[in-house]
Amino acid sequence: MNAAAPTKRKLKVATTSLAGCFGCHMSFLDIDERILDLVELVEFDRSPITDIKHCSPDCDLGIIEGGVCNAENVHVLQEFRKNCKILIAMGACAINGGLPAQRNSLDIRDILAAVYARPGRGVHIPNDPEIPLLLNEVHPLHEVVKIDYFLPGCPPSGDAIWKFLTDLLAGRTPILGHGLIHYD
Amino acid sequence: MTDGQTNSFFLDDEEIPFEEGQTIIQAALTAGKYIPHLCYHPEFKPHGSCKLCTVRIDSRTITTEDGQSVKIPGRAAASCTTPAVAGQHVESETPELLDLRRTLVQMLLVEGNHYCPSCEKSGKCLLQGLAYDLGVMDPHFPQYFSKREVDASHPDILLDFNRCILCELCVRASAEMDKKNVFSLSGRGATKHLICNSESGRLGDTNLAATDKAANVCPVGVILHKRHGFEVPYGQRRFDKAPISADPVQYAPVKEKVR
Repeated sequence: MNAAAPTKRKLKVATTSLAGCFGCHMSFLDIDERILDLVELVEFDRSPITDIKHCSPDCDLGIIEGGVCNAENVHVLQEFRKNCKILIAMGACAINGGLPAQRNSLDIRDILAAVYARPGRGVHIPNDPEIPLLLNEVHPLHEVVKIDYFLPGCPPSGDAIWKFLTDLLAGRTPILGHGLIHYD
Repeated sequence: MTDGQTNSFFLDDEEIPFEEGQTIIQAALTAGKYIPHLCYHPEFKPHGSCKLCTVRIDSRTITTEDGQSVKIPGRAAASCTTPAVAGQHVESETPELLDLRRTLVQMLLVEGNHYCPSCEKSGKCLLQGLAYDLGVMDPHFPQYFSKREVDASHPDILLDFNRCILCELCVRASAEMDKKNVFSLSGRGATKHLICNSESGRLGDTNLAATDKAANVCPVGVILHKRHGFEVPYGQRRFDKAPISADPVQYAPVKEKVR
């Protein structure tokens, strides 16, 4: 009898949302029942789906939603770069800063003063050491670490995410084409 | 076309007929062949500034002494300003030119503040449509995060300078067609920007009307009509339905309007 064919190692996928709205992760779930096909090919490591808090050192794919707006985002992004062979910037915010980056034309001190002003009680900007410090500007991921692939959209549709991932898992350069490539 | 009088040239090895005086892009679009462009508009004099319509003309292949075939690239020219010449061979859809066009689009995307999700031109924006068609997946360059203003002083028109690509279509429309000279470009290099012709510098103090050609020609989301935002739902907008290259004839010369 022949031995059973060696099972292909499942790729380890880590995901996170930095300065994003989790909309891309919600859209990821729009692949619906195809997620059953996906888990035949991959296993999820650090991700909001698994609630694992840190990346294993041998992750294959890191999928990151959102740009970089605070010090914690920088640390998480660096952890992903260190532990994932391939990093994917998913969604408009990861690619060009998106909606959060529209604060970049304003002074951060003015923004905080406006947001935390209480009528008659002055301005109290929270400064608990557990709260990550904001950066002066929001930046897209590729300005901080090397990003291997970009998946645009706000959010990319479930179909776009599926096409992108299946292309990538099959060893092809992902090509979205008309109807799937969207910046909004 | 069959009278033997019509001239023709070759665009990516396909024969394209043209009339005397037509530019390469005019002949190509009339024949239903799309050449990417942003600052070209069928109703205005060509401007030649965006360089997206760049083509190579008359590349040659030579054989070296040791028998190797070497391609000598032809000259690069903006097809919107270059007259078509009978018999010439024009290349447009080559990997090299498509790469260059992608780079130009990426530079435009990082120079301005192009946040498509919150732009009401999204879905019908020529810059976005072109980027989709070229398969631009990333900005490649660091974002410039330029600080630009919004001018809401006009009762019917909103100006969002964040998205200006300096194509000068509004400048040309206002000068050539409306005869009002409402818009102009000012400054040089990185400080070049669109200005309004009024003492205050505000659009509300100019004589621009919402029906003017200049108010309706912006290819991106700078000149917007108030009270008409997001009228077409997602999924039914122009570039949701068909890519920008699907209907080249809509960009072909409009004879009765040429002045």
